[in-house]
Amino acid sequence: MSTKADHKIPELDFDTPALKRHRKVRALKDRGATVGIAIGGSSVIVAVLLICFYLVYEVAPLFTGADIEKQNSYPLPALDAGKSLYLTAEEQVEVGLRVAENGDMIYFNAENGQIIEQVKNPFGEPTAFAVEANTSNLFAFGYADGRVLIAKQHYKITYPEGERLITPSIEYPYGTEGIQVADFALRKLSIRDDEDSLTIAAVGDESAQVTRLDKDVNFITEEVELTQSDASLPFVDDTYSLLISGNQRYLYLATRSGQMTEFDIRNINDIQEKEQIDLIDGDAQLVSMQYLLGQSSIMVSDTSGRVAQWFNVRDEDNVQHLTFIRDVQQNSSIVDIAMEHRRKGFATLDERGFVAIYNATSSSQVINEQLTDSATGMISFAPRANALLLEDGQQINLFHVDNEHPEVSWSSIWGDVWYEGYQEPTYTWQSSAANNDFEPKYSLVPLAFGTIKAAFYAMVVAVPLAICGAIYTAYFMAPGLRRKVKPVIELMEALPTVILGFLAGIFFAPFLEEHLAAAFSILVALPVGILLFALLWSRLPQGIRWLVPEGWQPVLLIPLIVVLGWACVALSPIIELYWFDGNIRGWLGDQGITFDQRNALVVGFAMGFAVIPTIFSITEDAIFSVPKALTQGSLALGATYWQTMTRVVLPTASPGIFSAIMIGMGRAVGETMIVLMATGNTPIMDFNIFEGMRTLAANLAVEVPESEVGSSHYRILFLAAFVLFVFTFVVNTIAETVRQHLRKKYGSL
Amino acid sequence: MSTELKQKKQTVSQWVKSGDPWVWLNAGAVAISVIMVLGLLILIAVRGLGHFWPADIERGTYSLPGSEPYTLIAERVESTEVPAAQLREAGIPVGEQYDLMMRSLMKTGNRDVYGSDFRWIIDEYFTDISKPEMLFAAERHEWGNLYGYLQAVKEDGQVVAQTQDVTATDSALATWAAFEASIDRATGIYDDIHEVEKYEIGEINHKLERLRLEQRRLELEGELTPEKLADLDAERAEQDAKYEVLQQRLIELYGQINRDTFVVQVMDGSVHEMQVAKVVRAYRPNAMGITEKMGFYGAKVWEFLSAEPREANTEGGVFPAIFGTVMMVLLMTVLVTPFGVVAAIYLREYASQGFVTRTIRIAVNNLAGVPSIVYGVFGLGFFIYFLGSGIDQAFFPEALPSPTFGTGGLMWASITLALLTVPVVIVATEEGLSRIPRSVREGSLALGATKAETLWRVILPMASPAIMTGVILAVARAAGEVAPLMLVGVVKLAPSLPLDGNYPYLHLDQKFMHLGFHIYDVGFQSPNVEAARPLVYATALLLVIVIATLNLAAVTIRNHLREKFKSLEM
Repeated sequence: MSTKADHKIPELDFDTPALKRHRKVRALKDRGATVGIAIGGSSVIVAVLLICFYLVYEVAPLFTGADIEKQNSYPLPALDAGKSLYLTAEEQVEVGLRVAENGDMIYFNAENGQIIEQVKNPFGEPTAFAVEANTSNLFAFGYADGRVLIAKQHYKITYPEGERLITPSIEYPYGTEGIQVADFALRKLSIRDDEDSLTIAAVGDESAQVTRLDKDVNFITEEVELTQSDASLPFVDDTYSLLISGNQRYLYLATRSGQMTEFDIRNINDIQEKEQIDLIDGDAQLVSMQYLLGQSSIMVSDTSGRVAQWFNVRDEDNVQHLTFIRDVQQNSSIVDIAMEHRRKGFATLDERGFVAIYNATSSSQVINEQLTDSATGMISFAPRANALLLEDGQQINLFHVDNEHPEVSWSSIWGDVWYEGYQEPTYTWQSSAANNDFEPKYSLVPLAFGTIKAAFYAMVVAVPLAICGAIYTAYFMAPGLRRKVKPVIELMEALPTVILGFLAGIFFAPFLEEHLAAAFSILVALPVGILLFALLWSRLPQGIRWLVPEGWQPVLLIPLIVVLGWACVALSPIIELYWFDGNIRGWLGDQGITFDQRNALVVGFAMGFAVIPTIFSITEDAIFSVPKALTQGSLALGATYWQTMTRVVLPTASPGIFSAIMIGMGRAVGETMIVLMATGNTPIMDFNIFEGMRTLAANLAVEVPESEVGSSHYRILFLAAFVLFVFTFVVNTIAETVRQHLRKKYGSL
Repeated sequence: MSTELKQKKQTVSQWVKSGDPWVWLNAGAVAISVIMVLGLLILIAVRGLGHFWPADIERGTYSLPGSEPYTLIAERVESTEVPAAQLREAGIPVGEQYDLMMRSLMKTGNRDVYGSDFRWIIDEYFTDISKPEMLFAAERHEWGNLYGYLQAVKEDGQVVAQTQDVTATDSALATWAAFEASIDRATGIYDDIHEVEKYEIGEINHKLERLRLEQRRLELEGELTPEKLADLDAERAEQDAKYEVLQQRLIELYGQINRDTFVVQVMDGSVHEMQVAKVVRAYRPNAMGITEKMGFYGAKVWEFLSAEPREANTEGGVFPAIFGTVMMVLLMTVLVTPFGVVAAIYLREYASQGFVTRTIRIAVNNLAGVPSIVYGVFGLGFFIYFLGSGIDQAFFPEALPSPTFGTGGLMWASITLALLTVPVVIVATEEGLSRIPRSVREGSLALGATKAETLWRVILPMASPAIMTGVILAVARAAGEVAPLMLVGVVKLAPSLPLDGNYPYLHLDQKFMHLGFHIYDVGFQSPNVEAARPLVYATALLLVIVIATLNLAAVTIRNHLREKFKSLEM
């Protein structure tokens, strides 16, 4: 077109400047359209595909490991005061505190080690030291004269000139005089404090002692009055570690070799020895025994490099026993162990200088790196677990820790986990609770199970109805009727699921509860009734039979089914009266079957209803497009219609039917509103048809709006969405490929 | 059939062998499916439409064994037959002679007096039932319905009409007339108050909020000069003055509306005096003829379609939900149509038809099957938390920390649903494009048209039925979709419509109400589910009608356009 025309016709000059310009504009427009459509089209496709990548982007941080990075190291502040007994930092990791061997409490700048304040110990060098808990900021000194002094870290935050300023100080909540707990020199000490009482356990060279201070608040002055009661403990030789339980009920006393004695100290005047437990296998020696966050799990570390978690588990008689739960193994002897303040995580330091960070519940190791060469030392977490302090004799090293989601691992999501307070390992989904030191339980197994259960019952309802219906509609039905039935089924597909869910929850569930007997009598009555009717029909004189032409049977059956259904419902109370003593739910209860009003049966029906049209349409299409030549050939050879159907049509159409079922299942798995409204949404693991379930999709609808952006919970919900996405995508792709293949095959026939 | 004669002599076993029973069972499956669809539609229609019909009020004596008999005045809601054993199990002392009993749910209303609206009764013990003409029902702005006998109407505490009659004597009818007149007056004033509070004061509040944001913005940009501040203050003072005037008017109206009271005797014989202003409408169903009932029915249906909800959405209308649904769907259509069509044209007409295109086609096809909740999660994470908070930081820093686009709203909901439905449009359009014969394209090109011109003048018009079908199917799907919307901007009660008289008129950042979510919320989250249920059926019916209409429209338009371009098809 761009070549110049050689022959010129005066009247028709295509090369006038105006026409040239016009052509140029047209060509430009054409190119513009090409570019525009290419950009527009591909960007829409990219936007659509972005979903997948965005889901991965949100989920990925769950499974990327943690990072630890050295920020600074500086000489031990106030080195002359001796090594540290205790090392910690405040919330912002601006101020650090170390308690030195001579009893001095040294506040220092955590960034560079400059001393902010060195608080002298009022009673000089202590003989024993104990920390109450990371979260309470309380610690205690024991002295040679049998006295215990309790100190507390305090940080005052002010904003002079808009800059944050943290002023640390030491307080003595139980007075500066200390508490006289014994008349012997204290060697080992443990304290536990709460609103009602303070318990101190102390061990000397030859005797042991428990002291409890009960707190009473005077109503008038609001002053706290303390009542002290003392009791002596049976002395255990070679006591190495002491621990009072969080509820101040038990005292654990362990020797160096790991022999632990458990005392019941609830009543201080009647201390009972409860149990003796061997904490350590073989000849390893105890390094430390500390509580994990929540003061439920005891972490026992030893010289073989093993850290074991123990907590109380109820046995059949409802008696609690300290039970070994799980352990992790380092390659050399543990030197120190540090607990996270707000999560159930801990870090170990071993003899070779390796620091490993673990999450206790998922028993997953997130970091294991050599951070020092020293064989001794001490480690401590900052409250937010975003920094780690490591003291190796001469120096303090500050590390930045990036460990966002330690509680999530592949095995904690898909495996069974033994949670604190549970009798055995379970699959549990429980993402939030009222109390603070609650541990979220993120097992997707109950949700996946619920999803499969709901989809299964839906398919049980939908597949027979949809496929049988499609077979009839495509092959046996009169064309006139078919033109009327198909729009009805299409309308069924268009019904919003929120309406189906609403009807299932509000109308069908109570109806089913009252007419449970009808549900099962219909199951028997309908096929039997239809068959009997068909038999009778075939016996009728021809004159009557010819009134209804071939392919119009459903019209005959509709009144029959309505009458049968109505009869079953009407007879339901009578059936209940004669077979189930008038109370079918009570009868079910006697059989040990729990009955929820909103159960899997209701969901099966409602979701089956939603899935029927999908399966029906695709199956019908597959059967209808089986080449006529095949069926005619079969009929010509003398096969009956039904034989042709089962031997010729169905095998040919079976890939199409398979893909229909797959697509239907994809829809059932992702359906949200019906499950949300028609089940109780409890994440249980029971296949009972009379109980509910919680599916992945419904769980998303319930929990996503409430979850905090970027938290583990949020990311796990994204993982659930990703699982749904991938599942339906894969299922649909398989179905689609099969269908394409089938279409090609028919094309060649 | 040629086999007819043979079949006559068929034995049962032959009949079974012929496969006929199976055919019949398959026919049964079709019949069951059809019955399920029709039954469901009939159920929704009956329950939804029945809600507006004024039911008779029954009066009778309820004497359950073991408890004091009392007079019951109530509407019958539903009745079922239950085995007496179940009732005994539930602790109801029914007589030993019964096996099956009728149990009914009665709406007694008067929640402020009895504490609950509904009562289950056993019909066998409900006797002496009558339907007195003077019994009346009143719908109120709070506490649900009121049932009882009208005794007096008062103005400023002075009795203007009075009766003790429970039958339709002249004095009783006169009192009723006075009551109706008083209600008319009160509803008039109520509408005025509503107008002032909602629109006039709402507008002032909107302007004040904008002034506050303007000041904050200038402050953040460091451009808050004293002159500008003075301007803002002047404007604010002007609005405050307007507000003062309206406030005065409101006080006056409130004084007027509380003038009248009425005295009613309820079923336990106690007498209560209530404000007429609290009544929405009062009627005596037992005295109404069929025409009156029809008129009442029409008024109720109109209220349902046009009014705002009352009493935590359990009474009144659903207009804001209809409006929100329509707005959202319209916005979505505006987004999804051009993008879907362009993507389809690109895939079919411009992209080279290789493996990549085929893969993309299957992927797009399959995205239509991805659960809608996944789109919701994506919308919340990507649009709201990622893009939305970015937009807030960049364009609306003055409103922070309260989010503007960093929270669910109309725009994000529309975009999310557009993303959800774009595969539908792409697939439908592609199908349309693939049906157009090659020769048509070639003819156009041969005549010298460019590719773009061919596309615009020939291909697109021919593909328009398919495009239209795709768009309408997308609309129908979007209108019924609820799960993703729950995450990206639907609320149970929006304070104002997303389109109103306040600048910038269309509030894309606002949360909105939606018919589907309304069904979920009122049916399941409402404090008084029993009272709300009829309304939910009505809403469900409305939604079904909307979606069925859209689907029918899709079919009709498709057929119409197909007809128009029939001559072109080969």
